[in-house]
Amino acid sequence: MKKLLEIKNLSIDFQTAGGLFRAVDHIDMTCDSGEVLAIVGESGSGKSVAMLALMGLLPWNAKISAEIMQFDSKNMLSISKKERRKIIGKHIGMIFQEPMSSLNPCFTVGFQIAETLKLHLGLKRAQRRRKAIELLELVGIPAPETRLNAFPHQLSGGMCQRVMIAMVLASKPKLLIADEPTTALDVTIQAQILDLLLALQREKNMALILITHDMGVVAETAERVQVQYAGQKVEEQKVDNLFKTPHHPYTLALLSSLPERASGRKLPSIAGLVPGQFDRPPACLFAPRCSFAKNLCNKKVEKQSNALGQALCNFPITYPQQKSANAKV
Amino acid sequence: MSKTIIAARDLTRHYPVKRGFLKKIGLVKALEGINFELKTGKTLAVVGESGCGKSTLARLIAMIEAPTRGSLEINGEIASQPVTRSQRFIPKIENRKAVQIVFQNPYASLNPRHKTGTILEEPLFLNTKMQAAQRRKLAEKMMEQVGLRPEHYERYPHMFSGGQRQRIAIARAMILNPKVLVLDEPVSALDLSIQAQVLNLLTDLQEERNLAYIFISHDLSVVKHLADEVMVMYLGKVVEAAPTKSLFEKPRHPYTAALLSATPTINPATRKKRITLTGELPSPLNPPKGCAFNPRCANASDICRMKAPPTETSAGRQLACFNPIA
Repeated sequence: MKKLLEIKNLSIDFQTAGGLFRAVDHIDMTCDSGEVLAIVGESGSGKSVAMLALMGLLPWNAKISAEIMQFDSKNMLSISKKERRKIIGKHIGMIFQEPMSSLNPCFTVGFQIAETLKLHLGLKRAQRRRKAIELLELVGIPAPETRLNAFPHQLSGGMCQRVMIAMVLASKPKLLIADEPTTALDVTIQAQILDLLLALQREKNMALILITHDMGVVAETAERVQVQYAGQKVEEQKVDNLFKTPHHPYTLALLSSLPERASGRKLPSIAGLVPGQFDRPPACLFAPRCSFAKNLCNKKVEKQSNALGQALCNFPITYPQQKSANAKV
Repeated sequence: MSKTIIAARDLTRHYPVKRGFLKKIGLVKALEGINFELKTGKTLAVVGESGCGKSTLARLIAMIEAPTRGSLEINGEIASQPVTRSQRFIPKIENRKAVQIVFQNPYASLNPRHKTGTILEEPLFLNTKMQAAQRRKLAEKMMEQVGLRPEHYERYPHMFSGGQRQRIAIARAMILNPKVLVLDEPVSALDLSIQAQVLNLLTDLQEERNLAYIFISHDLSVVKHLADEVMVMYLGKVVEAAPTKSLFEKPRHPYTAALLSATPTINPATRKKRITLTGELPSPLNPPKGCAFNPRCANASDICRMKAPPTETSAGRQLACFNPIA
């Protein structure tokens, strides 16, 4: 059975004044219907860029190369712009980080939802209005009839994010990409939005890709997690295993730097910074900050097997009980 | 022996809202009757949703604004109290030096046209009579303490990463050797691995200088790690305040409980049933009658819709609720 989304060896370079900058470096990714995949990483780890490439939303100075980039058995690399426009927004929906700035301030919420309905579903005016009200109800906006005439600035951040979700759901997408959907929101609203996204995902059997930097959000929502660092995928595991037995030193360091896991007053922090354009290490990108790094790490880096979470590391962390635990499952 | 360094007594701030020419249409009660005491070397965390008055509190504590009612005491002396319209609000210089503030967004709080050195020396230039050479020496010492290299002295803010900028902002706040540091969401704009570095820096500075922190945050895991006491605010009022351990273990106010349960935990095995709050923070221009939390509260009864609950203090815990969780 073919997966809904299959990406293999995706690399994205940006042509900048200082030369080529590799934002995404040989990333593989799959996501199937009914699955929740989380992509975690710090800023600059290429998590949004990879998704924007799939949507075809990158600027002209981006160079995309991939072995496979398939969605629903269509090759998204060779597809024409016209064809792509039929897919994005309809079969692939995307929610962006800043709900306030991703809606057009000049038009009412109702107009903006109706626009999607007209373009992708070809509904008539009265039908559009009915459908828009229905959608706003679905995402839990009170008094949807009156809200249709509201402008984005009249709504709160949480409300705007709900409108965005309603807009995306209008065309019943097969894949929903949520790019930091709750970063700009308060925790109580964040909980509401996450619950809503998961409920809708389950109900419509969508594939959901959740891009985030919040480990808490990952732990509460995802099934499978992919950790990215400086444009590379460094680890992929099921969510339970990732938090119990991280194999890549970066994942381990990231998890232990969380205040929740700290035992003492000092947090075990990761020294140094994420490498930039001009100070990229030769082999393993995490080596300069890694406490397990040896000389070999500056020469080459190997990807480990599935059992070790595909960790991109020469010396992945292993756990003695892991074999028996796997056997039980 | 630690002593109380800063205390708020019934601290209140109202903002009149005008529309058109001189037409008063309402009063936003941004802050209403806040009481707290903070000892040297301790951390008080203030948590709540956006719009609950956290940042107004920070501004009042840093004496950027005068309160409408109540007073702020530093070292047992009144440092800030209401002013009449003809008076200007000018806090005493020793008090201003004693309380400094670090803002949320390090990308916006540093002047892009000033070099690090200028940014760090500005407080000294304004508040002390130090000579240029002395100022520079102190700035360099401070930079070393917050983990910046000497060559950074000549650089502009845009050349730094978010974490480094926040270090500059902390160094700027620390350079006058304050007793109290107000931290307005100091790590929420930073990446995870950098966040831990900055939090460690703050812990070190606190231990070294016996600083008192007012730590404003919406990230409860950070608060749990850092704070000695937590104050939960809702629509300008304190709904619950207690020592960190007892607040996290046994929240009494329904809002605190909901806030704790809404915060994602990092253990996927214990995906809990959340107490999901319906609705959002009501508009402070038009707050609900009675307890401000009653429209979203599961425990609300008739009395909650009639009058606002008084704040009761018992066993080191402030609580404002008619139907607290047992």
